Amino acid sequence: MGTMLKVEDINVYYGAIHAIKGISLEVNEGEIVTLIGANGAGKSTILRTISGLLKPKIGKIEFEGQNIAGIAAQRIVKSGISQVPEGRRIFANMTVMENLDLGAYVRSDKAGIQEDLKMVFARFPRLEERKTQEAGTLSGGEQQMLAMGRALMSRPRLLLLDEPSMGLAPLLIKEIFSIIQDINKTGTTVLLVEQNANMALSIANRAYVLETGRITLAGAAKDLAASEAVRKAYLGG
Amino acid sequence: MNLSRIKDIKIIALSIVGFAIIQLLLTENIIGSFWELNIILIGINIIMSVSLNLINGYTGQFSLGHAGFMAVGAYVSAILTVKFQMPFLVGLIGGAAGAGTLGFLIGLPTLRLQGDYLAIATLGLGEIIRICILNISYVGGASGFMGIPRYTNFAWTFFIVLFSIFFIKNFVNSSHGRACIAIRENEIAAEAMGVDTTKYKVMAFTIGAAFAGVAGGLFAHYFYIAHPASFTFMASFNYLTMVVMGGLGSITGSIVGAVILTFISAALASWPEFRMIIYSLALILLMFYRPQGLFGNIELTDLKIFKRFKGGRK
Repeated sequence: MGTMLKVEDINVYYGAIHAIKGISLEVNEGEIVTLIGANGAGKSTILRTISGLLKPKIGKIEFEGQNIAGIAAQRIVKSGISQVPEGRRIFANMTVMENLDLGAYVRSDKAGIQEDLKMVFARFPRLEERKTQEAGTLSGGEQQMLAMGRALMSRPRLLLLDEPSMGLAPLLIKEIFSIIQDINKTGTTVLLVEQNANMALSIANRAYVLETGRITLAGAAKDLAASEAVRKAYLGG
Repeated sequence: MNLSRIKDIKIIALSIVGFAIIQLLLTENIIGSFWELNIILIGINIIMSVSLNLINGYTGQFSLGHAGFMAVGAYVSAILTVKFQMPFLVGLIGGAAGAGTLGFLIGLPTLRLQGDYLAIATLGLGEIIRICILNISYVGGASGFMGIPRYTNFAWTFFIVLFSIFFIKNFVNSSHGRACIAIRENEIAAEAMGVDTTKYKVMAFTIGAAFAGVAGGLFAHYFYIAHPASFTFMASFNYLTMVVMGGLGSITGSIVGAVILTFISAALASWPEFRMIIYSLALILLMFYRPQGLFGNIELTDLKIFKRFKGGRK
């Protein structure tokens, strides 16, 4: 189980605002790692920096031994990282099928794409039922599934999930999280950003706690779930 | 041969029949010179609106400087045919290349802007192009570039229109086109999927500008003159109106928008005071009852009646 992703002392700015103040973290192959923290702590910023949508001012990001800090997003997708963006961001006026096609945008192996399409439909049968439907007409849960399916279509080795529970009913959140576990079991490493710390800690191997741009706690998910400080701050006592 | 190819061939065959009929009416002088002028103007406007639709409708980049690229095409092609005695086709290709190159150079920095900012920047750039031309005495400055031979006729216009429509239609239906539409739908998601957003925005902008250049070449070689006053921002707005009226994201819509608006202007030419009233009333009514434009993002060939004829889509 080697280190897959290594983030070293990154600093990210939005204009003059210093959003990420020297964060380091590691994700090992096969793990589910979660980043938890309150609104504005910088969780999404970290994910967006890893996937290349933002560029760090200082710091190193290594994926499978190669430096990916500051390189273009499309090259990062090609190298095997795929992101499910916050708020799903599906292509609302396109059909479910067209959304999934775009997920495989960087690939050209037709047979492999067909295979992965079958895999996605097996994992999310509801997407197959609605494949000719416009994505904007799907329910919130289905849209989340579509966003995840779309990300899987690039056959990532590392999947970045940004708040998959956002705006979903508790039962659906459970379903989504069990799917995340399934995806992980079939060999995809997962980096999960969540506000729902309870759920996130219940499926993760390790966790980092983020506060206003700094990591304040790190450790095995089980230990953090039991820790007094985390329970008070994020798990409601 | 797949279905969409067969469909294309049928449409081309149909348009050539249409071409033959109109050409016959023109040579027999059943259509007078006033309407001949307007038919050619319709053709030029179709090229303008379809190419603008690629930028505004499909890629979602709000550009307001399309007339500027048309001006570049008009002047470059006129310089080639008048000052260097090149054939018309070389002039048109040169005009397209000139406008396309400028579109590329302007697109690289400005397409980093979004929404309103991009609209303002392109509006400004269109005006800068026009004012530059106004001050170059080599091309006639404020009195315009005169003495351009009339090479443009119905046949040239028609086949270039056909080429433009098919080029842009095929681009939109290709994987490049899907990338452009993904950018319009959600730029961040498109980027996260691995779409090189800058590349495709610049590509759409360059292609759109190049076709505007061709339209400019046709325009200058029909009216004997290229004049800066033909390429003001009002002209850009006019093309934008055609696109919005037809529907952003529908090629059929852009064609219909260009035909209807050019026709209204022509038909009401003798009542200039009513022209603007009817023009604006038509737009207000459209915004009330069909804000997505006449065609929305649907093509004529998507309609049921056409599907029966052509055996469906895909």
